[in-house]
Amino acid sequence: MTLTAPAVTHERIKPAGLIQTLLRRPEVGAAVAALAIFMFFSVSTQAFLTPAGVATWLYSASLFGIMAVAVALLMIGGEFDLSAGAMVGTTGLIVGIVTTEWGVNIWLALVIALAIALAIGAANAFVVMKTGLPSFIVTLATFFILQGVNLAVTKIITGTVSIQGMGAVPGFDAVTVFFGSSFSLFGMDVKISIVWWLAITALATWILLRTRSGNWIFAVGGQITSSRQVGVPVMKVKMGLFMTTAGAGWLVGMLQLFDVSTVQATTGIGQEFIYIICAVVGGCLLTGGYGSAIGAALGALIYGMTLQGIVFAQWDNNWLKAFLGGMLLLAVLVNLYVRRQAGVRS
Amino acid sequence: MSEALLRIEGVSKKYGPNTVLKDVSFEIGKGEVVGLLGDNGAGKSTLVKIMSGVVDSTVGDFFWDGQKIEKMNRNVTEKLGVETIFQDSALVPQMTITRNIFMGREVTNRFGFMKMKEMDAVAAEVLDSVVTIEGIKSPKQLVSSLSGGQAQAVAIARAVHFKRSLLILDEPTSALAVRATEALLGYLTQLKGEGVSSVLVTHNLHHAFQVCDRHIVMNHGKKILDARREDTSVEELTAAVVEGAVGLARFREGSF
Repeated sequence: MTLTAPAVTHERIKPAGLIQTLLRRPEVGAAVAALAIFMFFSVSTQAFLTPAGVATWLYSASLFGIMAVAVALLMIGGEFDLSAGAMVGTTGLIVGIVTTEWGVNIWLALVIALAIALAIGAANAFVVMKTGLPSFIVTLATFFILQGVNLAVTKIITGTVSIQGMGAVPGFDAVTVFFGSSFSLFGMDVKISIVWWLAITALATWILLRTRSGNWIFAVGGQITSSRQVGVPVMKVKMGLFMTTAGAGWLVGMLQLFDVSTVQATTGIGQEFIYIICAVVGGCLLTGGYGSAIGAALGALIYGMTLQGIVFAQWDNNWLKAFLGGMLLLAVLVNLYVRRQAGVRS
Repeated sequence: MSEALLRIEGVSKKYGPNTVLKDVSFEIGKGEVVGLLGDNGAGKSTLVKIMSGVVDSTVGDFFWDGQKIEKMNRNVTEKLGVETIFQDSALVPQMTITRNIFMGREVTNRFGFMKMKEMDAVAAEVLDSVVTIEGIKSPKQLVSSLSGGQAQAVAIARAVHFKRSLLILDEPTSALAVRATEALLGYLTQLKGEGVSSVLVTHNLHHAFQVCDRHIVMNHGKKILDARREDTSVEELTAAVVEGAVGLARFREGSF
């Protein structure tokens, strides 16, 4: 059918050139910053570019990166999860306790921890969606609950605040192949978590840009009312996102547990904001509907490089927090500018 | 006589102790443009939400093409082809036109991956043929780069492309410039020619009077006027909207 409309003025349309197309990518700022920080530490320290050095900062970046990518998906979908850090500790402690204290099969322990993590993620989503409360507050509550439970329950069961003796659990070595192993590449001792990180970033990018679910994530984060109107299953999407973040928490919990074969009850506490910072540095909007998984991975890379770079440069590592704050502020300012240029309203 | 597209009978809605709709009945004919008028708090938004299946009515019956609908929920209205376009939230601004047009109805292969090329091609076709919207260069443009009128037009084009049978436009003209408003009202007249029914919810009686075949005026949750265009006037509608049943009675006595 053909409907002809009277002429309307179109003063807001600007031609999109190559530079503008590039600037529209959410991760462009993080890519530039990552390159700058890479060059800075490469030139100013001896250790940064050595195989051992690279392996170290890549490992740091990978643990933060897995979470940052999951948190970025959630933020694009319009929500936060402050319980993501504590979840890393919770899952590690569950596996540690049920295997060392109660002799549960280690594979079963992995499944139990994952199931509990997903249930907590689903509970977060359920409360947020049923009440309409901001996820910031709901998951802040979850965060404190997990933090308290992690310490209290660990103390009750083990009498201390850490789990020891994981290495002696039957099957530990087999599980380590997936979560705690490493291999040699270009003279580097590459930890398996880096492979997980790259795979998850690629998968998340693919989902976001090429799948129906990705379209739904952008839609519910961008305009929840209109997405609901055209039939996007909003509840399912948000539920999936919270469970993904919780699942990522489980993965990082396992990667840490099987790397060092011990877990502290305080593991992960205080890192929830770093994940959000990585996602924001990578171009995610706090208002939802905009962002990128690659950006979040780059944000984590910046964090990992800086964390280790400061050590290699033998500076006081208190500078890390100051740097992180500055980076966050710079990132939101750059994003604000880029979005205005590219015509994306927040 | 052919059945009405949507007939609602005796619909009431309570939010806790507050009754926001009282025993409302009306019909929307096939290809008819119906103006839903009323002041703030008259119950228009609640009616819109009930018709689009977003909220339940407390009591009331619904008939679609003569068939009784047991429950008007979002799944049912989606299947029947009801689409509501809210003034500011018809589209997701941070997404491209293509992604918006296919939002919730993505074309995917059997693995769930979107066929982007195919979708871009169809979107370009929709922009060219369904409604001719000037000034849009590419379906890959972000919706945020469109003017308010263009965005509304894209939302309408989307509804028409997916063969929706009832369009509900909630205050579509309130954020639009004069020329964009004219364009939008023009679309409604043309939709009628295609057999698409529409409900225009608005404060602006002049816009409604220009295009609607029939006018329903709500006041404090009650329907106080339901008249075909030729049986009413802007003056009568004004009296009903501004002063409710009292004003309407006075108008009819000639003393308004």
